[in-house]
Amino acid sequence: MAIDAEQVRRIAHLARIGLAADEADRYIGDLESILTMVERMHAVNTAGVQPLAHPIDVTQRLRPDVVTEADQRESYQSDAPAVANGFYLVPRVVE
Amino acid sequence: MTTMPDTLGKAAKALASGQISSRELVSTCIARIDAGRHLNAFVSIDAERALDAAAAADRRPPAERGPLNGLPIAIKDIFCQSGVRTTAGSRMLEHWRAPYDAAVIERLTAAGAVLLGKTNMDEFAMGSSGENSHFGATRNPWNENHVPGGSSSGSAAAVAAGMAPAALGTDTGGSIRQPAAFCGLTGLKPTYGRVSRWGMIAFASSLDQAGPMAWDAADLALLLNVMAGVDHRDSTSVDEPVPDYTASLTTSIRGLRIGLSADLLGDDVDADVRATVDASRKVFESLGATIVPVSLPTALAGVPAYYVLAPAEASANLARFDGVRFGHRCADPQSLEDLYLRSRSEGFGTEVKRRILTGTYALSVGYYDAYYLQAQKIRRLIRDEFLAAFSNVDAILAPTTPSPAFALGEKTDDPVAMYLQDVFTIPANLAGIPALSMPAGMSGGLPLGVQLLGPHFGEAKLLQLAHAFQQATDHHLRRPAGVPA
Repeated sequence: MAIDAEQVRRIAHLARIGLAADEADRYIGDLESILTMVERMHAVNTAGVQPLAHPIDVTQRLRPDVVTEADQRESYQSDAPAVANGFYLVPRVVE
Repeated sequence: MTTMPDTLGKAAKALASGQISSRELVSTCIARIDAGRHLNAFVSIDAERALDAAAAADRRPPAERGPLNGLPIAIKDIFCQSGVRTTAGSRMLEHWRAPYDAAVIERLTAAGAVLLGKTNMDEFAMGSSGENSHFGATRNPWNENHVPGGSSSGSAAAVAAGMAPAALGTDTGGSIRQPAAFCGLTGLKPTYGRVSRWGMIAFASSLDQAGPMAWDAADLALLLNVMAGVDHRDSTSVDEPVPDYTASLTTSIRGLRIGLSADLLGDDVDADVRATVDASRKVFESLGATIVPVSLPTALAGVPAYYVLAPAEASANLARFDGVRFGHRCADPQSLEDLYLRSRSEGFGTEVKRRILTGTYALSVGYYDAYYLQAQKIRRLIRDEFLAAFSNVDAILAPTTPSPAFALGEKTDDPVAMYLQDVFTIPANLAGIPALSMPAGMSGGLPLGVQLLGPHFGEAKLLQLAHAFQQATDHHLRRPAGVPA
């Protein structure tokens, strides 16, 4: 399974993970060996098999449409990296 | 100090008879944690908080005492505990304090348990050796140059070193059973949906399950009685009656049918592991169980399927760590994009990034069908093969690991060699079935485990089989040098 630097950069961008140049090189080799192991999956005949997302055959529960959560903004924001007036702060996105 | 009861069962008796107080028990645990700092089993300890809880348990009127009143328990640092630093072994959450209790923490606390502290783990539960923690590797109390297994590395080491009579772990691909096997403990991954995942930091949500780790099956039953049950805050929690796991422990196993699969005893299994499975089979036969061959032809394709599904789910779950709402944020971000890229790059360790990248690749356009869907189809084949086997047997006996605990550093440069450690534990997670590992032999001074796998919600029978095995053998009574039995 061949992976190139461009593919690693593309995946890292999709995952929003910044990679230094030497780090990207390291992940090329790692991903190649992982995907080579994963390829063994293709030896299994799965013709006509339905994909399984959940191991237990249950249907999703419904609940009454009522408010169950109390307002915990203060508690949740007390550990946030940067907040002001109840808002989370990020670098300016609109000039 | 040597008089401290080493199991929950013995400790509960000693507390009930007034031989010892919870405060004495907890003080001894804290002293041992302190003496064993070099093992790096704990990430956070709040001795004062634990001693206060113990004193409260001692003062509690007998009528108000829950089934775990005053019993000390160590908690894997993946469970949110209100006001307590909860790191998941990651730099990303190094300074994060959980704003609420996980469901299992609520249940343990309500039952009177004393929470000792938070145990070390592979970052976000991704690892099979305990070496992927931002807070450093944990050492195996049986041989400090070896790994304790992972990802519930600190929980396993803490119990094996006598720092706690029991601990909580989580198991996504073997993270309770493999460290239990490497540290000579008994550990249970319950059925998917048996124990609430609410407040447990997510790795792969269709596979993650919390469970107990202790010396013996009787202690696991005591803990599962408290942990199991429906919780509407976890939409995958199943509303299935919870039996009294302790009450059924001593039921005879005569006439039970145990499956043995050649598919789970391939050439890559150590001779000592094979001999241990064989010796365990003979013990079960001597206790009146019947051994029946079963076929699980797709089980070994579980590793490749898992290393698509688990990273895919992880890549989605870990998207929440964005440097905005909680966790690590890079210094002086130049733009929102820069904030995301650097916060995540700095906050996550190598293995976590490796899995996020693998999962993102598997889910990306052009690869989804070949990877993700193929893995989900294999998942169905594996589950259906187990269900077919359980129409004919009560449980399946298998190795837990291909070999005993390996040396620290031995596999850190080869991710695939590390992943293959989970070859026998992963199938149960994919199928959502319960599986227990118990000590069953030794190899080169290190413990070996065997697994018992059961049908969905079949925990009672697994515990019953393990208890019968432990009444007839002494593997679960072995302790590392220097740890009093």
